Amino acid sequence: MKSIIRNVLPAEALPSYRLRLADALPWLVALGAFFMFDTYMSLGAQILIMVIFGISLDLALGFAGINTLGHAAFFGVGAYAAGYYSLHVSAEPLSGLLVAALAAGVIGLLSGWLLLRTSGLALLMLTMVTTVVLHEVANTWRDVTGGADGLSGIETSPLLGTFAFDLYGKTAYLYALAVLFVVFIAMRVIVNSPFGLAIRGIRENSKRMLLVGTPVHAKLILAYTLSAAIAGIAGALSAEITRTVGLDLLSFQLSGNILIMLIIGGVGRLYGAFIGIPLYMLLLDRAAAIDPFHWMFFVGIALILLVRFAPGGLLALAQQLRQRLVLRLTTPVKENK
Amino acid sequence: MTLASPMVDAAAVATTAVVMLETRGLCKRYGAIEVTRNVDLCIERGARHALIGPNGAGKTTFVNLVTGVTEPSAGSIYLGGREVTSASAQKRVAAGLARTFQINTLFADLTVAENIAIALSQRLGLAWKLWGRPAAHAEVVEQAAALLEQLGLLTLAARRVNALAYGQRRMLEIAIALALKPQVLLLDEPAAGIPNGESGMILDLLERLPADIAILFIEHDMNLVFRFAKKITVLVEGAVLVEGKPDDIRADERVRNVYLGRRHD
Repeated sequence: MKSIIRNVLPAEALPSYRLRLADALPWLVALGAFFMFDTYMSLGAQILIMVIFGISLDLALGFAGINTLGHAAFFGVGAYAAGYYSLHVSAEPLSGLLVAALAAGVIGLLSGWLLLRTSGLALLMLTMVTTVVLHEVANTWRDVTGGADGLSGIETSPLLGTFAFDLYGKTAYLYALAVLFVVFIAMRVIVNSPFGLAIRGIRENSKRMLLVGTPVHAKLILAYTLSAAIAGIAGALSAEITRTVGLDLLSFQLSGNILIMLIIGGVGRLYGAFIGIPLYMLLLDRAAAIDPFHWMFFVGIALILLVRFAPGGLLALAQQLRQRLVLRLTTPVKENK
Repeated sequence: MTLASPMVDAAAVATTAVVMLETRGLCKRYGAIEVTRNVDLCIERGARHALIGPNGAGKTTFVNLVTGVTEPSAGSIYLGGREVTSASAQKRVAAGLARTFQINTLFADLTVAENIAIALSQRLGLAWKLWGRPAAHAEVVEQAAALLEQLGLLTLAARRVNALAYGQRRMLEIAIALALKPQVLLLDEPAAGIPNGESGMILDLLERLPADIAILFIEHDMNLVFRFAKKITVLVEGAVLVEGKPDDIRADERVRNVYLGRRHD
């Protein structure tokens, strides 16, 4: 053997966990909001829950390239599972999350196995139809789901046996924030893993992945199942915190909303949900408060402007602006040479 | 990955003559149209075999049949002595078959190193790992760096494929296939789109490949074909017209007729 020179790849060539200062920002903002806007804890918890839901969609859509318009299916299944578990088995919240993740994961596994042979518009249709089917199941299976009335009277025991859920929603907010943090860390590990690299490869070029020897279908099913389980956790949080579960959680509208919110932030970047979801939900909240009659009109205009000027999402826009700035700062140096 | 220093003596390889890839009576029909007709091809270990023919002769279809992208209408395919006619594309890759594409088929939004790491982690059995970075595996980093170094792409490792020049993408196309450490390598027009004067870059790369890999390549650049191939098969209208050594093919009357346009299709 010839002497082997240890080759080194440049930094950033492969996925890394490198932390920037900006990585602390969302958590500082979330904690800051806890102390500064303590009368908005209920809206805050809703936002955090939707961010978890958005992250789960990002895994399927942004990283694995699975086009879906039916992600509410898993949010809804998780919510119903947690609600049922709380009413009939135990009101302990953490085990409720696990039950919900499992239930949504199983639905994700089954529907993924069936649907993920298709792609593009066909897949979009099929994921949509899955939600409709589940919606109908929930509507008719009254004994378990409560039908059109949904589940109500859900009790949630104190967290870890000590922290009771208070009227102001402070415990709920911190609980949702803690779950978000754990989910985010897990996602960060997954998308930077060899598996994460493989599903990004499938997103970019599934045909070539097959000829690299990758079992594309199986990998997509796993990504979809994980994504479903996380969406289920978000649904469970919603059930545990609002103490009600209704049919609207299995609606097309929720699937559409989460998609819009994620796209506003930016897809496939992990942080897209952190930007798009709070922005959209706060916008809705403010617009409705300012003009209770025409608020959807203003939200519509804002969306059109956003998509017109930031088609890749706000994160992509920020990146472009930064690159342009860097370019402007570095060009005079080149001219001097 | 020892690309530059073939460990196996080419002459010794030639005498052992192990058949790596074989097709028998391979046919592909689309309705009434026959695009592949009864093709028998035998590729031995260390082969440098060119598949040539006019446009529409069915060369790429043949590669698709062998790799399992397209299902044959009749006939059989053997890889390393084992029948793989009905095996999936990914099983054939696991059995040592790799290919490149005529049109660059890369992972555009990923970095150059990630493009290679995808193939490496698949081959090294890491691709189901949900935790740990690819870079935490020394063999991934070392093999990716060695491969990129030898293809002159190491300095571009952190660059996105989108930002590469065309020729560099061509090299990366081949690098992904090499990262799979294939025993049989199918190259679909490796020099496609590269100006004639610059195809030397591809030839250089081909000549440095390990001697024991069996290579079947499709190419329109006759200069490259006659300099690199030890054996040539001419495909016309889906069927084998003639097979032989480069000198025989060059002198063959029928081949000339095909290329001078008497039977262009």
